[in-house]
Formats: sequence, structure tokens, C-alpha cells
Amino acid sequence: MAKDPKAGETAKINHTPPLMEGWMDTPVDIREGIYCYGAKEKNLEAVDMPNARDWNPAEEDWQLPDDWEKVIDDGFRLRLDRFRSFKLFMDICVRCGACADKCHFFIGSGDPKNMPVLRAELIRSVYRKKYTAGGKLFGKLAGARDLTLDVLKEWWYYLYQCTECRRCSLFCPYGIDTAEVTIIGRELTNLIGLNTDWISAPVANCNRTGNHLGIQPHAYKDMMDFFVDEIEDITGIRVEPSFNRKGAEILFITPSGDVFADPGTYTCMGYLMLFHYLQSQGLDITWSTYASEGGNFGYFTSHEMAKRLNAKMYAEAKRLGVKWILGGECGHMWRVLNQYMDTFNGPADFLEEPVSPITGTKFENAKGTKMVHLVEFTADLIKHNKLKLDPSRNDHLKVTFHDSCNPSRGMGFFEEPRYVINAVCNNFYEMPPQTIREQTFCCGSGAGLNAGENMELRMRGGLPRANAVRYVKEKYGVNMLSCICAIDRAVFPTLMDFWVRDVGVTGVHEMVANALVFEGENERTTDLRGEPLAGMEDDDNV
Amino acid sequence: MSIVVSSLAVVLIVLIPWVGVGAFNLQYLFGVVVPYAALATFIIGIVVRVIDWARSPVPFRIPTTAGQQWSLPWVKYSKIDNPKGTGGVIVRMLFEILTFRSLFRNTRLEYRLKGDGAPKIDYEWEKWLWLAALLFHYSFLVIFLRHFRFFVEPIPGFVHLLESLDGFMQMGVLPLNGLGLPGVYLTDMLLMLAVTYLFVRRIYVHQTRYISLPADYFPLFLILALGTTGILMRYFIRVDITAVKELAVGLFKFHPTIPGDIGVIFYIHLFVISVLIAYFPFSKLMHMAGIFLSPTRNLSNNSRMKRHINPWNYPVHYHTYQAYEDEFREAMVEAGLPVEKEPE
Repeated sequence: MAKDPKAGETAKINHTPPLMEGWMDTPVDIREGIYCYGAKEKNLEAVDMPNARDWNPAEEDWQLPDDWEKVIDDGFRLRLDRFRSFKLFMDICVRCGACADKCHFFIGSGDPKNMPVLRAELIRSVYRKKYTAGGKLFGKLAGARDLTLDVLKEWWYYLYQCTECRRCSLFCPYGIDTAEVTIIGRELTNLIGLNTDWISAPVANCNRTGNHLGIQPHAYKDMMDFFVDEIEDITGIRVEPSFNRKGAEILFITPSGDVFADPGTYTCMGYLMLFHYLQSQGLDITWSTYASEGGNFGYFTSHEMAKRLNAKMYAEAKRLGVKWILGGECGHMWRVLNQYMDTFNGPADFLEEPVSPITGTKFENAKGTKMVHLVEFTADLIKHNKLKLDPSRNDHLKVTFHDSCNPSRGMGFFEEPRYVINAVCNNFYEMPPQTIREQTFCCGSGAGLNAGENMELRMRGGLPRANAVRYVKEKYGVNMLSCICAIDRAVFPTLMDFWVRDVGVTGVHEMVANALVFEGENERTTDLRGEPLAGMEDDDNV
Repeated sequence: MSIVVSSLAVVLIVLIPWVGVGAFNLQYLFGVVVPYAALATFIIGIVVRVIDWARSPVPFRIPTTAGQQWSLPWVKYSKIDNPKGTGGVIVRMLFEILTFRSLFRNTRLEYRLKGDGAPKIDYEWEKWLWLAALLFHYSFLVIFLRHFRFFVEPIPGFVHLLESLDGFMQMGVLPLNGLGLPGVYLTDMLLMLAVTYLFVRRIYVHQTRYISLPADYFPLFLILALGTTGILMRYFIRVDITAVKELAVGLFKFHPTIPGDIGVIFYIHLFVISVLIAYFPFSKLMHMAGIFLSPTRNLSNNSRMKRHINPWNYPVHYHTYQAYEDEFREAMVEAGLPVEKEPE
């Protein structure tokens, strides 16, 4: 692992690019702490990806196939023909610079090639040289350059420094989405075996076992049993989840991060408790160990791999004969579900239009995919007074909410989580308006960047988000950052420790479960984490 | 470097007709052949480019959702920024094209280090780029429309209206008035001001200077040259307007004639605009057509409601449940998970 940075040093950022040097003449410097390790042979092989071999980005020789230039060229042409977005975004940028200071990686690093416009120009310059008359004729004058090995390395380095959060696209006067360029650029690098292992390993694992850590079904079940015991210890209620159960009405799919990593595990306990609570009201739900990953790491590889991993959800829904699917709190899972799933693997005509069995609400917005967001589902329950909630049980928390990039700018999911949070806790404070909702800042570790070896990059990328949290912490005493994304839950604790300190991280359904009043439960003295509730601090409950 | 190359190119473009008409009397070449060629390049070029873009499909719905989605009936949704149907998309596009709505959101990063080494990051009000862009485009549009008085006979009513609106300042602008000069058009000044601002901003803001290519300066300089020659012609080096109109109307009726002496400055003006429109389809100026096709803006966010087809969709091999159970069957049975096939 790279030397971990220190906050004071990391904060010294110069946002002024050099005066005289042009970016085309600045060769790539592949710096430790910024890049992730190269994709491993076994992980690429597991999903039949090309040029599988162990390689190290820090070494000179990347062991590329001999015909890599042709492979990229063919792949580039194919994608220009397949994606209007790509072709258009190659042509119409006027380099007005409106996106330049919108990227969290530029704000946190000052590296000019992290300006979205320049990240895309890295690809555009090659596009001009290969496919435009002006570029062929005038070369560098027209902003065109050859795809040399150095340029390829630069592509790789910066394509895997973009979390595809789309903040730049919001501000672009033409809607140019650098994430779209990154996604297709990553597809190109995958054609010659250039990915990072923090993406290729989860892809291989999700494909085989259903979760990104490669945990086998019995271990998955063990984890759940552990949560069941924990819940019983805290509440006296024994929840009884079912797995791979045929004939259930609803299939529940959540990112496996919720099952395996704190503090997502508490959110997972929240799901279990909510489902148990609703059982008596008619909720008939099952989990799946096969389709047990909502997070689609294939999306960080290629559209094809995203489709392959996504296909398991419908396949499992069909096998189990459920009526519709409920999806947990996840970021890019929801972008894939919202924007791609029905196109990838639909029509889901073996499913029925989702109807809440508790409230009778028809989820018309999901009548195509037949897939409902859990927070939507819960908001509807609360609106219909179906949950007995005691928000004072979250009084020890002063909560702010992080809009995850993907549900925000790829879905428009803003009000539902806020509605739920306001119903389950009494102290909710928004971060400044330029940092939330559609203008939200990325956690800095999305799109497969949450490895350990690129810690400096992650802390830099997360700076704008952390800075906004610090603001509400200083102003209102916020001590809990809530979110609806498993990657957020996985990476925010480190980010908070680095920049803010003493701010916890929680999923929304952890707070729902804290507030949820069960019939016949023990008097609660702690929350799901075993932290004493407000007013219970002095109780002898150790 | 980029600036030097682009400005030299524009100087050359100004010199060509100067020499061509002034020294070699090539009025027909610069008054007829070049404008026709340029216009043809412009029209064919744009059509080809747009068809080329349109030939590539939009396989997935990827709108940037800049507001609340349409979901539960009691949740107020953002009809324009996150439209669910065509109506909303049309309004969104109108706002985008007529008011540059996305650019209006622009903010500016303020990054400072506090005494204790902690950063203080602010996102400041920044509307100048939006304002300059808006002024630039609308002034250009008005000037373009005003030019109809040269091309068509009789002059359409809206052109007169525009002229009087545009020239309403003519009473007040000194010292130009009273020197026997025509009234000053507001848009002439605004266009020059806006283009100058955009140019200065490009150099002055470190980040835009760093990303700027000759292709960014070149059109700015061309437009500056265009505006300068136009203004010179109107206010200072007067040309024979009747003759200009005779040429323009002739061009538009496809009966081009070269009237008497118009003045070299006119040919320079005409050549600069010819270069600009001929250059148009090959440059970033195509954003004018491209914005209509931008999938992040012109699609509705209804892909969970309605299925959209990817025309090049192909089946993929995914890891099936059967393969999964085959691998983990014993472990699953041991954990009490149901299986399709009991182990042997």
C-alpha cells in the first residue's frame, strides 16, 4: 500500500495549471497513491476478458497484445457507430470551461487533466487525429495527436480517476457527460486487458458467487444469521428472513456491501427488521444468494459486462416466480436499474406491475422494470401511517444526508430519502445547496476506486464532500452522515476520519430500524450499533 | 502559441480579399464564387454531420436528471429538469437553447487554506460566462436578422422592427451622432463586447487558457474581424449600400451580378463570413446543431416506466443459477438453503 497522505499536506492544492506548458506536452506521471493495481489474470480469465495476465501499471511494460493499436481503433469505430452520445460528445465541446472546477478530483488534486473537459480531450485528441479531416490535416494545431503508448497510459490513468458521477454534465451547456466518455473509454481499455483489480476482482466474484467479495452461499447465510442474533439481542425480536424461496411475492436485492462491511451491516439489519415488521401486514419477501449483488461492477468495465451481471436479477426473479423486485440502498446499482436494466434484459413481462402489499400503492414509475427502490417503498409506508415510529430514538444523532451521485443525476431521487429521514429522526440538517441534490459531490471512491492502494486519490476526491460535512458539523454539530449507497457507507468512514473526524456514517434504513416500534419488543436502550440512545447514557447497560 | 497561430490565420484571411479585390480585381471570385462555395459547404456540411450523428443510435436512456423524478403522487416532481414525457423534454430543450439553463447554474470554485491548514472551499456566484454567452448569441442572431434588409426585397416588417428596437439608443450615443453617421446599433456593440469578454476570459482564467486550442481562438478572432469590418463599413469607411444590396439580392436570386465599385472593405467582410460559415461544419461551432441531439438533455427520464430498445442489443452469456447451484450445492444444503436438485 502507498504511503497514506496527511490531511494538512493533502489540502495544499494549486488549481492553477502551468502557464507555458501545453497539456499535450506534459507526459503522464503514474503516481503511487493515485492509481489502482492492474487487473489480475485469474479475474479477467474468469469472465473471458481479453489479454488476461498479471501486470503492474508502475512497470514500463504493460504486456499489451501486439495488435493493441488496431484493437483500439476497431473498438473506437464500433462505439462511434453505436453511441450517438460518444460521437456527439467528441465533436461539440467548445471548451468553455464551465465543467473545469466542478469535478471533485480537480478540486481535490488540482491536476489539470482531472478537469472533465481535459479528461475527455485526452480521448478527443486521438479521435480528431484518427477520424476527422481537420485532425489528419493539421495535427496538433487542430488539437489532434497520435495514440502512442504514453497516450494510452495517460488514458488508463485518468479514465480510472473518474468516478463517473456526472456532476460535470449538469453544468455543461450541451449536456456533455464526461462519465459517458469515461465509460466508453474504459470499454476500450478493457479490449486490451487494461482494468484495475479492484474492478476485475469484484466482477469475477459477482459473476460467480453473486457478491463482490466472493463469499459462498453458506457464508452469506452465516452473516445473515449473525445479524438475526444481533437484532434479537438489541430488541428481543427474532426476525426470520428467507432465502431463495420460490413463490415469494417480492425478491429483495441489495448491494452485498451491506452484508459484509460495517457500517452497511447495520443498514442490512435495518432491512431485516423492516421486513419482519411488515410480515404480519402481508409482506412476503425473499432474499437471494444467487442474485445477491445489487452493485453492478460490470458497469465499470463495459456495457456488456454490466448486462451480464444485471441479467441475474431478472433470471432469479423468473426462477423464483416472484411478482416484482425490491432494491436496497445502493448508488450505481440504481443508475443501472433506472437507465439500463429494462433495455439490457427486459421485457420483464413475467413480472407484475409493483403494488405495495401493505398500502396498495401502485408504483407506476416502475411499471416497466418492475423494480422499486426500498426508500420509495418505505416513504409510501410512512405516508400511509403503516409504521409506528419513535424518532426520538435517533435523538443521539444529528444527521445530514449525502445524495449519492447515481440516484441523483441518473435518476432524480431526492425527496423520498429526505421524507423518510425526517420521519425517523428529529435532527436533520442539510449541507450547503451547491453540494447536495443534483449538485451533490461524489464520495471520491465510486466507479470501482475504493481500493486501498489509491488512498491519496480517494481522500483528494472526497475533499469537497467532506468539506461540506465539516461545514454542517461546525454549524449544527452534525455527527452522522446518512446516505443511500453501499459504496458511500464503505468509504465515508475513512474519508470522515481524514478530513472531518467524529462523524459517523449510516444508511437510511438503519435509522428507520432504530425508530421502528415493534409490538412486544424489549425496551431499547441502544441503537443497532450498541450505542446508548439519548437519555440512556447513564443506564447500566454495559 | 494557439493565439498566435489563430490570429495569423485570421490576418491572412483578411489579407486575401484585400489583395484579391484591391490589387487583382477579383470581384467575381470574392463576391460570387466564394460566397456560393461557402454557403454550399455550410449547408451540405451541416446536413452531413447531423445525419452522421443521427445514424448512431441512442441505445440507452441517459438523461442527466437535474430534479426530482416522477414517482409517488404526493412527491412534487421536477417537470422540466427531470421530465417524464415529451412535453417536459420540449420545455427543457427550449430552456436549454433559448436561455442556456445549464450554463446558468455555473459556479466558481474558491479555494483557500485557513490558518490551521484546513481548506475552505466555496462555490461562488458566477454568471458572467452565461451572460456573455447569451449576449453574444442573441446579438449575433439580431445582427443576422437585420441583414435581411440586404438580401430580400421588399424588406420584411420584422426587420424594420428589429432595427428600430436595436437602434433605440441612437439619440444618446455621443460622439458618434451628429457626425453624419447612422444610428448606433446596440447589438453591434454588445457582440463586440461579448466576443472580447469571451476572448479575455479564455486567456485570463488559467483553466480555460490551459485547455484552449487554436480551434477555440480562431472562431473568436474571425467573429471579431467580422464585427470590426462590419462596424468600419457602417460607421467609418462607408460603402455603397445600394450596390451591396444589388449584389446580395442577385446572389439570393441566383442571378449574381457584380455592381460597380463597392469598396474592398465589403469584400473583406464577405470573405470573413464566407470562411466562418465554411469552417462551421468542421468545427466546434457545430454545437449549434449538436445541442438538439444531446442525449443527456433531450431524453425523458421514464426508463423504469417504459421499455426502450437498444437496436444493436445482443444476447450475452451470464452465469446461470444452474451453474451456481452446481458449484455450491453441498454448501447450500448444509446451510439450509433450498436447492433445485438434491445432491447425490
